[in-house]
Order: sequence, then structure tokens, then C-alpha cells
Amino acid sequence: MSGAYGFWGQAVRRLRSQRMAMASGVLLALIMLACLLLPLLSPYDYFTPHFELVSRGPMLAGGHILGTDPLGRDLLVRVMWGCRISLAVGLAASLVSVLIGVSWGATAGYVGGTTDALMMRAVDILYSVPFVPFVIVLTVLFGSDLWLIFLAIGAVSWLDIARIVRGETLSLKQREFIEAARVSGVRGAGMIARHIVPNLIGIVIIYATLAIPTVILFEAFLSFLGLGVQSPLASLGSLVADGTSEMQSHPHLLIVPAAFLATIIYCFNYLGDGLRDALDPRDR
Amino acid sequence: MLRYTARRLLGAIPTLLVIVTLAFVLLHAAPGGPFDAGKRILPEIQKSIEAKYHLDEPLWRQYLRYLGDLARGDLGPSFQYRGTSVNEIIAQGLPVDATIGVTAIALALAIGGAVGVNAALRRGTRWDYGTMAFAVAGISTPVFVVAPLLILTFAVTLHWLPAGDWVGGSPSHLLLPAIALALPYTAYIARLMRGSTIEVLNSAFIRTARAKGLPLRLIVWRHALRPTLTPLVSFLGPAIAGLLTGSIVVESVFGLPGIGRHFITAALNRDYTLVIGITVLYGGLIILFNLLADLCYAWIDPRVRLR
Repeated sequence: MSGAYGFWGQAVRRLRSQRMAMASGVLLALIMLACLLLPLLSPYDYFTPHFELVSRGPMLAGGHILGTDPLGRDLLVRVMWGCRISLAVGLAASLVSVLIGVSWGATAGYVGGTTDALMMRAVDILYSVPFVPFVIVLTVLFGSDLWLIFLAIGAVSWLDIARIVRGETLSLKQREFIEAARVSGVRGAGMIARHIVPNLIGIVIIYATLAIPTVILFEAFLSFLGLGVQSPLASLGSLVADGTSEMQSHPHLLIVPAAFLATIIYCFNYLGDGLRDALDPRDR
Repeated sequence: MLRYTARRLLGAIPTLLVIVTLAFVLLHAAPGGPFDAGKRILPEIQKSIEAKYHLDEPLWRQYLRYLGDLARGDLGPSFQYRGTSVNEIIAQGLPVDATIGVTAIALALAIGGAVGVNAALRRGTRWDYGTMAFAVAGISTPVFVVAPLLILTFAVTLHWLPAGDWVGGSPSHLLLPAIALALPYTAYIARLMRGSTIEVLNSAFIRTARAKGLPLRLIVWRHALRPTLTPLVSFLGPAIAGLLTGSIVVESVFGLPGIGRHFITAALNRDYTLVIGITVLYGGLIILFNLLADLCYAWIDPRVRLR
């Protein structure tokens, strides 16, 4: 294996030695692959109702492996679409929150002084803002556009990352290589972009991985309340909500999407823990 | 301590102001008003209603009026429930949420604490691995999945407990919602307590206690427990915020008369005062519980200095 002794080589080796984290990663990759491929390969789509095939249970014959929903749509295809939406929201909103959080935290930490105090005071205030009501109000008032949901969730979940990145930047600032860069004339934004942020990648990867499940849960929560993705498109949250109303007669409509949702969250949490051990060797 | 508390409470004022302003601007920036959502009323009547609620005034006047009322503890009249004030709606709903919340936190502390400390004491055994797998599962399973599954199991299939409704908060109606709300916290607390107990058990003063021959049970109760509580307290403060979110779901799944169920309809109906009122209440509770957590922190760990 090339580069086995560098930081990343060691990190990969440490991650490989963690069976649960590796298994979670593989399972996640499989789910992603399945939710990308299955809707393409399946003869069914997620939106056309088939009233002759309403609420069938799971069966191997007849093509509908996981059965159909109350409108006769194939549950497997709908759940795969739900995974697509949930994963897309999770990745995109985490990206938004990482972008805001890293630039905010790195700037505050690197510039320091009054700027730092003001920026972190803003974070403190925002910590006390009850975000759930705000996101609910946003989605109710301005419609449940998928992009709005990405932005709204991303915009409210960057606070943790900003705090962590700031702390890390404060300690990076004291290191010799930053001083060397400063001596050779690197200043301000160039310093943050070229020397501070690249050294934060490890910690950012960890917290981004741990932010993804939180974001997915949040989107699912909104969709469960009917505020997220709108019918006929479905996310795992809205599928669980639909399943809840049918659970007495057709429990599989609740159990299948719930199981996928829980598995995805479970895997991201394990993967994040594993990455923490692999990339942040101090924290053991 | 008193001066610290007073300063923190004063410091909460700008935060609350930010919350009110954000909510106010957001609501008024949205299209639609409380009295024009598809209801056919004469323009004159609509005008007189809007005049009654001061909605015809310029925004800054409405904003200042709201702040003035808020300073006197008056959250204003609700627009969607005519003749009812926001204060009355909160006074009716809050006890329900508080009862479920307190029960859930008590359950989570008792079960999560016991299970976590036990896992730490039996570190590396099957019991430990089982507990931690359960904990990750508990964290990964959202309330809105747990709640219907609990109903499906204990109400629909087994008929042990009622599936919903409140009935004045009778214990049998309280149990399922509280368990649903408590599960993720139980899991978090179990993980937290395991980690901090392992750390404390490795420290020098525990070794001393062992060396002088104290039985393990006494060591845990008398020496190890208190320092393990510090991370727990700093977790519990912010956790209250999550509890409020969870209670919105639990209320809607179990059909409970709490505050959260009003929130979404209030936003849909542009019930400005009710939305802002509930948001301010949530913000105030978050600030309050963070303050309580910091005070507890200093009380548990005398080395902490409040500044």
C-alpha cells in the first residue's frame, strides 16, 4: 500500500481495523448504490397509482418484493426514492453547514480579538434560538421547496462545526509552519484558505459525517409533519408518516421505511465514530 | 452565585430580542395575512378586524407594541382561536408537555444511568457490547419511528396500554408517550455515563479508595458517581431543546393536548402572535435550562468558577 506511513495512510489503516465502522461504510455504499440503481432497473415508478394492486403485502412472486402502498405503488421503488431524497438532503445540507461553519470558525479563530469575540457571541446567541420552530415556520411560509429545506437545515446546523473549527484554529495559529508562512508574506484570507483550512480537514470530515445523520433525521422530522418533501415524491420521513396511518392493517408500510431510516442513521453514526478514532488519534 | 445568575438573566434579554425580531420579520415577510386566507369576508369587516388587532399600523409600530406587551408578560391575543389569548393557550398546553417531559427525563436518567454505569463496571463483556449496541440503536431511531412502533406493539397488538389521548394525565396514558420521548435520551445518557465512569474509575483517587479496601459498590456510590455527573449535566441543559422538538411529534402521534400541536396550524394560519409566543417560550426555556445546567455544574464540581 502506497503512503502507508503518512497521516492518511495511517488513518486508512486505523479505519480498516474497526470492523463496525467498515461494515457501516460498506452497508451505506450498498444502500446508496441500490437507491441509485433500483429505480432505474425496476419496471415500476414511484408516482403512477395502480388501483388493482392496492396495499399488497410483501411477496416474492408478482414483482413487488416489498408489496405496494395504498395507491398500488411499488413500495421498494418508493423507499429507494425516499433514501435518495434523504441522503441527498443529508449530504447537501451538511455541505452547506460545513461551508458556513468552517469559514465562520476559521475566520473568528484566525483573526482573533474583537472580531472573534463578536463572531462567537453571535454563535452563543444563535445557540439559544429554538431552531425547530424557525425551520417549521420557514417551510410553512415559503413552501416546501427541496432547496429551501437544504438551505434552512444547513443554515441552522453550522454552529457546532464553527465552535470546533475555531478552537482548532486557535491552536493551529501557534504552530511554527503558520509563522513560517507569515514570514514569507502570506496574509489574511490566503493564509486561512491555504494553511489553516487544509489542516482542519480531518476534524471537519468527522463532524460532517456526524452532522449527516442529524440532518437526515431533521428532514425526516419535517417530512413526517407534512412540511418536507411533497407527494407523490417521498422521503423516508414522509413514508414513515404514511405508514403510521396504515400501521394497523399493513404494518410493513411502517416497518420497511422505518428500518431503512434507522439503518442509515445507525451506519453514519458508527462510521463517524470510526472516523473519529482514525483521524483524531488524540481523542481515545 | 447570585450575581452570576443575575448577569446571565440580563444577558438573556438580547438573545430573546433576537428571537422575537427574527420571528417577527420572518412572519411578516411571508405572503398572506391572518385574515385573508381564503375566507370570504367583506373588505370593511376585514378592515375593522385588522384595526382591532392593530394589523393596519406600520410594521415598526406593531413591533414596538408587541415588545411593550411582551415586557409586561402579555403575549397578545391568538388570531386563529378568537377570544383566546396566547397566554391562556400556553397555560393549558404547557402542563401536558411538562408532565411528559419530566417523566421522560426521569425515566432516561434512571434507566440510562443505571445501564451505563453497569456497562462501565463490566467493560469488555457481552453485557457492555450489548448495551452499547442498544444505545447506538436508540440514538439512531427517531421519536416518530419509535412512537408508532410502541403503539403498534403495546396498544394495537397486546392491548396493554391505551394508544393515545390524555384523560387528565393518567399514568397509563402517560407511559407510552414518555417512553417514546425518553428512548433517545436513555441511549445518550447510557453512552455518556459509561464513558465518564470508565474515565473516573481509572483515576488516582479511586485507586486509593480501592487500596484502603472499600468494596466496589461503595466506591461507585460514594466516590465515583459525583464526578461522572458533570458531563451528564452539560448534556441535559441543551437536551431540553431536543425534548421540545420531540414533544411536537409525540403530541401529534398520541393526540395529546400540548403546545406543539398548535404550532404548525398557527404558522399555516399566519397566527403571528401564537407563533412568536411559542417561539419565545421555547427560547426562554432553552436559556433557562442552560443557566440551570451551568449552576448545577458549579455545584457538583467545586473547582468550576462561575464568572
